[in-house]
Amino acid sequence: MAFFSTLFSQIINGLQSGSIYALVALGYSMVYGIIMLLNFAHGDIIMVGAYVVWMSMTSFGLHPLPSILLAVVVSTLLGVVIEKVAYAPLRSSPRLSLLITAIGISFLLENGFQLIFGAGAKVVPPLIEGPTFKIAGASVSTPALVTLAVTVVIMIGLTLLVQKTKLGRAMRAVSEDMGAAQLMGVNINTTISFTFALGSALAAVASALYLSSYAQASPTMGSMLGLKAFVAAVLGGIGSLPGAMLGGFVIGLAEALVSAVGLSVWKDGVVFAILIVVLLVRPSGLLGKPMKEKV
Amino acid sequence: MKQTVKRIPMPVRYLINTVLIALLVFGSTAYVNGGGVSGYITKVLMVIGINIILAVSLNVATGYLGQLPLGHAGFMAVGAYTGGIFLKAVNASELGGAGYAAAIAAALVLSGLVAAFFGIIIGVPALRLRGDYLAIITLGFGEIIRVVLTNIDDLLGFKLTYGASGLKRIPKITSYFNVLVCVVLTCLVIHLIMKSRHGRAILAIRENEIAAESCGVRTTYYKVMAFTLSAFFAGVAGCLYAGYLGSLQPTTFGFMKSIEILVMVVLGGMGSMLGSILSAITLTALPEALRAFEDYRMVAYSLVLVLVMIFKPTGLMGQYDFSLSRILEKLLNLGKKSKKEG
Amino acid sequence: MADKKEKLVAVEGGVIPERDAGTPPVLEARHLGIDFGGLTAVDDFNFIIGKTEIGGLIGPNGAGKTTIFNLLTNVYQPTRGKILVNGVDTRGKKTYEVNRMGIARTFQNIRLFKALPVLDNVLVGMQGASGYHMGAAVLRLPVYWKQEKDAREKALELLSIFGMEHLADTPAGSLPYGAQRRLEIVRALATDPKVLLLDEPAAGMNPSETAELMENIRKIRDEFEIAVVLIEHDMNLVMGICEGIAVLNYGQIIAKGTPEEIRNNPLVIEAYLGRKEGAAGC
Repeated sequence: MAFFSTLFSQIINGLQSGSIYALVALGYSMVYGIIMLLNFAHGDIIMVGAYVVWMSMTSFGLHPLPSILLAVVVSTLLGVVIEKVAYAPLRSSPRLSLLITAIGISFLLENGFQLIFGAGAKVVPPLIEGPTFKIAGASVSTPALVTLAVTVVIMIGLTLLVQKTKLGRAMRAVSEDMGAAQLMGVNINTTISFTFALGSALAAVASALYLSSYAQASPTMGSMLGLKAFVAAVLGGIGSLPGAMLGGFVIGLAEALVSAVGLSVWKDGVVFAILIVVLLVRPSGLLGKPMKEKV
Repeated sequence: MKQTVKRIPMPVRYLINTVLIALLVFGSTAYVNGGGVSGYITKVLMVIGINIILAVSLNVATGYLGQLPLGHAGFMAVGAYTGGIFLKAVNASELGGAGYAAAIAAALVLSGLVAAFFGIIIGVPALRLRGDYLAIITLGFGEIIRVVLTNIDDLLGFKLTYGASGLKRIPKITSYFNVLVCVVLTCLVIHLIMKSRHGRAILAIRENEIAAESCGVRTTYYKVMAFTLSAFFAGVAGCLYAGYLGSLQPTTFGFMKSIEILVMVVLGGMGSMLGSILSAITLTALPEALRAFEDYRMVAYSLVLVLVMIFKPTGLMGQYDFSLSRILEKLLNLGKKSKKEG
Repeated sequence: MADKKEKLVAVEGGVIPERDAGTPPVLEARHLGIDFGGLTAVDDFNFIIGKTEIGGLIGPNGAGKTTIFNLLTNVYQPTRGKILVNGVDTRGKKTYEVNRMGIARTFQNIRLFKALPVLDNVLVGMQGASGYHMGAAVLRLPVYWKQEKDAREKALELLSIFGMEHLADTPAGSLPYGAQRRLEIVRALATDPKVLLLDEPAAGMNPSETAELMENIRKIRDEFEIAVVLIEHDMNLVMGICEGIAVLNYGQIIAKGTPEEIRNNPLVIEAYLGRKEGAAGC
């Protein structure tokens, strides 16, 4: 019985961290789908969002909700500015140069924040307070429930946005064929900016959800989190939104289950091993479309 | 007016180059060992040498083959631990004279071979996939290596890598001289391979894989070969690194280390060995020179990276490569011209 | 010039020029077909090419001509049917192996090694011919020097077919368009093929360049004694040098024969011009 309740609470943990991975993975996936860039700076947007929440709560004494909103706004702007300043000039350059630029931006954010705020972690006051529930012998915290609920709502909203709205249609068109979309009157620059804005906003939400259970902000917090979210995006099929969501949950659950059997030090290894196996069997990821080169 | 361009015949070229390189190696070693530079500078020079080997070897996979491996530090780690464990096992620091030299040579070769073996294991499945997928698989490999090195002792119950506490008391075999010899050999071997039919096949794959295969190039074979070659020299660099530091931590060989090496290659200009060498020197020496500005140097480093990419996306040297003979020829022809005019 | 063209004679599997009737066909496709996710791109494609034949593959855009080249070189694996090169089945072979069996090709969208010099483009084509090992390269053994020298000389000789030997050190990507197409042919020839597949060799060329190309294709055939199959939209070129022509529409052969037969075939005219337009000179 004790085993099952441990298992159950690990599944809840897995779903909770999986939600965060999924939200971040969406940003990677959307950007890759549109400009074929592994946006390494995406993980650091999470970090920036966390610092905004921390500052507005501790320095300005704001309530959690406006702090989170502020973080979303700042992150969104940052995402768009990074795209305009660093990525847009390189749109016709070799893709590797674009990738290095993204890595450079990622370094810049991490080291810049370290310079300003120091290398130590900042403790963020509790964002979501509430009782811990007992379900089937396992304890489930309020932040875990809120994380799950928020993620589900966002995913439904995002799916509707991409499927039903004009901007969503433009996004899909650009990722299918940028040249053709441009000829059909889609404004490429607006669409790309919108994609970055959307991805960054999701990252800020993920950041708030992360803080609600881990309550710490540090300059390098985004790098491992981002790397795993990126793995989630690839696992699910990069460029595919349902894939990113699925990948996030798979990674979260896999980590939780590896911890549940007492091998938590191996969990990073397991995550990457799953990735390698999936890619070798299905190179386009779980839900991705296979790509074929035209001869 | 007919202009005759003076060309140096092949054997003479090789002779000139060999003499110049030997002069460089022995002359500079004599200078360094004779106390011409401080101990600190000698150390920086050794790190520069190790980084040159790493960058030049990654350039084979990235610049020449056109792939994007993100796990070069993983191969370096494999080489470092192989070399470290071997050197401890044979107790290299206790050996004298010829035995000491043989132990070093054996450690370097062994490290390279084990890393190359991992290169084949990763390369065969990964190189079937195109583009970014290779990047992602090698990234995963690098991370797995790190996790394995940290935890393997606990799992299997022996004392090999000493996990997170690190492999300590490795004989410090790395000297200015043997780093320099390894740098020269690495560059030479890669250069000689690239200027042969094998090198042309690798470049052809980068330029257009389908066309290369249609011309009879065994694409899979050459991709794995270039990848393995790249891993081999990363392993050698790892061994030198182990013998330089005297202790190893798995965390040293994380994703960031791989990125650091990649940055050297791209900044120098992909496909240019000279570029890799110059940027390995610059990017190692610059942070050292900026030590006084400790807090700002990493910010400056990342800014430089972004700015170079925005304003010179092909890297500083593009695909330009350095040829000693070409410069000599130019000088010869200049001399002739001015004589005629005079 | 037209009198140099020979009569076609029937052999098992199809027709080939009379002079090749004594030797087995060099290339043969039997009931070849490929589906892409339920869509049939090529179906029941049959043809044979004589040892020194110049064959043509024509048809409207999207008829599946390039797909057939991709099948013949095993870039795509056929869903149905088989391909024989000198009587040997190519099933399961890699593209480079098919090349070494004697099939070389050019590409419709030029695929040169752009950053490499013209000479190196040709030398890559000789990959299969020179065999020194990596060790020989690193140690610069005599075999390296000898084979490199021989390959270089042969490459320059091949380039001289199109008078391009003076361009040997130019990067291939900076050649003018027509020269790039010619270089692709030289590179294909360097692999020492039995059959040369040319995908729209005259695309983007002006009439005088096309006429010169026509001469050169014939010269290559005579000098190297190989077969040539070309996909082309320029009807002057096709009718001028091809001995046997196959017309493809919607992935199927709708007509085969000599240029005269094809010119007068109502099905062909219809495929090109649509049902109602009626006759117009090709």
